Amino acid sequence: MDNTQSFRFFNRGPSPVVRLVFFSVLSLLLLFVDARYRYLESTRSALSVLVSPMQRLAILPGALWQQVGDFFITQSMQHSLMAENDEMHQQHQSDAAQLLQLQALQLENQQLRKLVELPIRDEFTTQLVEIIYAERDVFNRRVLVNKGPGADVRIGQVVVDDAGIVGQITRVYPWLSEVTLITEKDHAVPVQVVRNGLRTILFGAGDTSQLSLRYMPVNADIQNDDVLVTSGIDGVYPPGIPVARVIKIERDAAYPFAHVTCLPVAGVDKHRHLLILSSLPKLSVRPADSPASDADKRAKARRKN
Amino acid sequence: MPYLNVSAKPEIQRPVGNTFIVLSMLAALFLNGLPWEGVWLMLRPDFVALVLLYWCMHKPWRVGIGLSWAMGILADVADASLFGQHALAYTLLAFGGVVLHRRLQMFDLRQQTIHVFGILVLTYAMYALVHWQVNGYVVWPYFLGCLTSTALWAPLNIMIQAMQQKRVDRERRS
Repeated sequence: MDNTQSFRFFNRGPSPVVRLVFFSVLSLLLLFVDARYRYLESTRSALSVLVSPMQRLAILPGALWQQVGDFFITQSMQHSLMAENDEMHQQHQSDAAQLLQLQALQLENQQLRKLVELPIRDEFTTQLVEIIYAERDVFNRRVLVNKGPGADVRIGQVVVDDAGIVGQITRVYPWLSEVTLITEKDHAVPVQVVRNGLRTILFGAGDTSQLSLRYMPVNADIQNDDVLVTSGIDGVYPPGIPVARVIKIERDAAYPFAHVTCLPVAGVDKHRHLLILSSLPKLSVRPADSPASDADKRAKARRKN
Repeated sequence: MPYLNVSAKPEIQRPVGNTFIVLSMLAALFLNGLPWEGVWLMLRPDFVALVLLYWCMHKPWRVGIGLSWAMGILADVADASLFGQHALAYTLLAFGGVVLHRRLQMFDLRQQTIHVFGILVLTYAMYALVHWQVNGYVVWPYFLGCLTSTALWAPLNIMIQAMQQKRVDRERRS
């Protein structure tokens, strides 16, 4: 019998209230440190070694179900698969022809850039990753992919699919890395309207898979079906990759800004396989502060003393 | 109804193996980790919270606030939420369970469920509050999880107690 309960009268340890206060303060401290300074990333990745086997196990039933489904599809739909295969071949051939043209254009572009002494655009290599699971948090729009720092995945790298930008690597674990999708609330991508070169910033809307342009003046030259591509001036996203298409513009004279809603071009919520762009463009270093601001700092330091 | 006065049966007071408690928690983490998506993610019951609350209520001197906090940290890593977000919520949950355990054990399942709903709402509110403080917005459908979790309380209770019963029977036979 477990009748220790009555004997616990004496050696109970601290009362529940004390424990509640202690652990609450500890949690709040951790929250503060994690939210402000991000000091705990190494602890997190160490603990993730404990948790990740569990999560891999949890996705097994789904993966198994999908494999069974795939098996029956290959058994029952050989005809449509053959047709699809043919279509793919044709697509591949036309793509290959376009690729040849692209290479010629790239060479030409490089030569022209050399002639007018513009820096040559950085090339990037890609690596294929597979989504393991989406994060189980209703507040976030993130997915975890199956390659970590071992495969040269680093924080800040850009993730794309065949159509456009999907997101960005925001955290790396020993064997996994976390991709924040562009539809995450407040996730910003600097973009440019293809039609007229207008530069602006695109924000994720969070709970729906939409994006919005926040600070567009009411009279800005923007139309439905405008395509937005990355502008590349942030040094994170390489220039010229499609991001979104404008679907709705609300111009209300009562507000200083127009309300522009966009849909991502890439299948942000769809695919299983994604590409990570591996080498980021290098920006030139920001010039040092002018002497005037130096003097300002010195004045501030003096005031502190 | 047979299950309404289960707490009166002596078998329930039998010791529970530590392995059983640990296994139940691992199972809860596993269930939370299943690939829930979209609407189902909103409706996902928080199995870890339910199992913790069960043990805090029935074995408050074994599973208490400290262990709940540790489970919260693991849940934080699993869900990639901020460190301490789940931990804070589960600390509150465990406190509710430990402080109210005598009263809750007196109740039948229906009355328990009402109390459990209150505790879970507080837990969810704490989690959302932290998120609101850090990120500045709240996703209201998140609170739907409270309802599904509460709905699972009675089945979970009956299931864990039946599993304990079986273990006790097996021990007695051998």
